[in-house]
Amino acid sequence: MRISPARIWRERGARYRLEAVRCRKCGHVYYPPKKVCPACRSREMEKVVLPPKGKLLAWSIEYTVPEGYRKYAPIVLGLVELQGGVRVLAPIVDVRPEELRKGMMVEAVLRRVYEDGDEGVIVYGIKFVPAEQD
Amino acid sequence: MRKVFVVGVGLTKIGRHFDKDLRSLFAEAALHAIDDAGGVKPQAVVVGNMLSSSLYQQDNLGALLADYIGLRGVAAFKVEAACGSGGFAVATGYSLVASRLYDVVLVGGVEKMCDYPTATVAAALAQAADAEYEVVYGASFPALNALAMKLYMETYGVSREEMAEWPVRMHEYASQNPYAQLRFRITLEDVLKAPMVAEPITLLDSAPIGDGAATLVLASEEVARKLSDTPVEIAGVGMGSDSVDTTTRFDLLDPLSVRLAAEEAYRRAKVEPKDIDLVEVHDAFTITGILSLEGLGFAKRGEAAKLVAEGAFAKGDKPEANLSGGLKARGHPVGATGIYQVAEITMQLRGEFPGVKASSPEVGLAQTTGGVLASTSVIILRR
Ligand SMILES: [Zn+2]
Repeated sequence: MRISPARIWRERGARYRLEAVRCRKCGHVYYPPKKVCPACRSREMEKVVLPPKGKLLAWSIEYTVPEGYRKYAPIVLGLVELQGGVRVLAPIVDVRPEELRKGMMVEAVLRRVYEDGDEGVIVYGIKFVPAEQD
Repeated sequence: MRKVFVVGVGLTKIGRHFDKDLRSLFAEAALHAIDDAGGVKPQAVVVGNMLSSSLYQQDNLGALLADYIGLRGVAAFKVEAACGSGGFAVATGYSLVASRLYDVVLVGGVEKMCDYPTATVAAALAQAADAEYEVVYGASFPALNALAMKLYMETYGVSREEMAEWPVRMHEYASQNPYAQLRFRITLEDVLKAPMVAEPITLLDSAPIGDGAATLVLASEEVARKLSDTPVEIAGVGMGSDSVDTTTRFDLLDPLSVRLAAEEAYRRAKVEPKDIDLVEVHDAFTITGILSLEGLGFAKRGEAAKLVAEGAFAKGDKPEANLSGGLKARGHPVGATGIYQVAEITMQLRGEFPGVKASSPEVGLAQTTGGVLASTSVIILRR
């Protein structure tokens, strides 16, 4: 994947602090954000920052990883339901696969996700780690 | 809108064609199809392809390929909808003829996937998912489907063994299909013990990486009647979409794009699911095939996997599903796959398919999809 500094900068809101959008009309929240609400087609979308904690809905241990991700393999790809019900897809880290269980509390942290070669841009983003029950 | 017919088909065997480049592979299928259509000259070329840009450093595929097969000057372009590109190319070619823009259109799919290591191909295939919210985290296409498979098995109480029946059957069919890539039989145990790609998806739950090309010649009724006494009609076409990201779906196990495309195609062809004799579904992974059977209305939600495990949709049932061996074992040269399906069903309706033959086919359906069921086309064919 080719990564440019401008692209990283543009994506900073969603990538670094879980910025989503909420439809002012029907209340649906979208992450990734949408310009127009897919549920009611309202254009009145407001930016909201999602809570960092949630529970693990499902995960897959990914052994065959795309080019450029070998150093992270195997990747535990998790589907997390944040408090409030919005789902986020991201790697689960700092945990052994056998310790994973459905419904466990996890919390978003900022981690390195990709390096564009030895001299290219380093991409940071959200990953989830195990968290204390609230 | 006027009627549209398939008057020619041409296929290459799917596999590792190290001796053939993109254009040679395409030409092999295209010239077969033109010969099959009595040598008629197409007025337009529509190409189904996903990976030429990312893996082959080639854009402008329409003009390149049209010129290579002696059609310099005709309208020519590529249609892209990830792994579903082929079906959308058929739908595009259909609309060019139905709308009277052209009388004869060549629709060809081609894909070269075997020149590079698996990780490179995996990165290219992952582009079917959301680059900025999924792929950047290293999410592979199998892993995204693995999440759907896990949720499906949990929600409906389906066992891993029940999910293994499908690939076993696909390999059985493919072993008799001369165009198939994986022409060998496997057992349930083979599926479960195969190397894990993205748990719980094993290598034998997944379509293989392969090179291949498939081509159709589509024509108006006037042209078709001159070429054949029994041309196969494209009776209905439907298309649908869903979010490319899986997280914002309103219901993670509702194959929305398949449902919408199917409803549209059934309505246009004036048929119902019970009228379909044979079907080719998009089983890039076992779970994709299962969800597709449900979206097409052949099983209620959560029931397709259990029905398959009990023997439903096999040769002799109605509909008979994926007698070609499916994406799983016939192979999945991604942008060409939708065209393989339509070609195979056309051959079945003509009684000329060289593999497992459909029992008494009158109406067939081809469904192909891009991404995790994000872009779907459904083509209904009638004898
Ligand atoms: Zn809304």
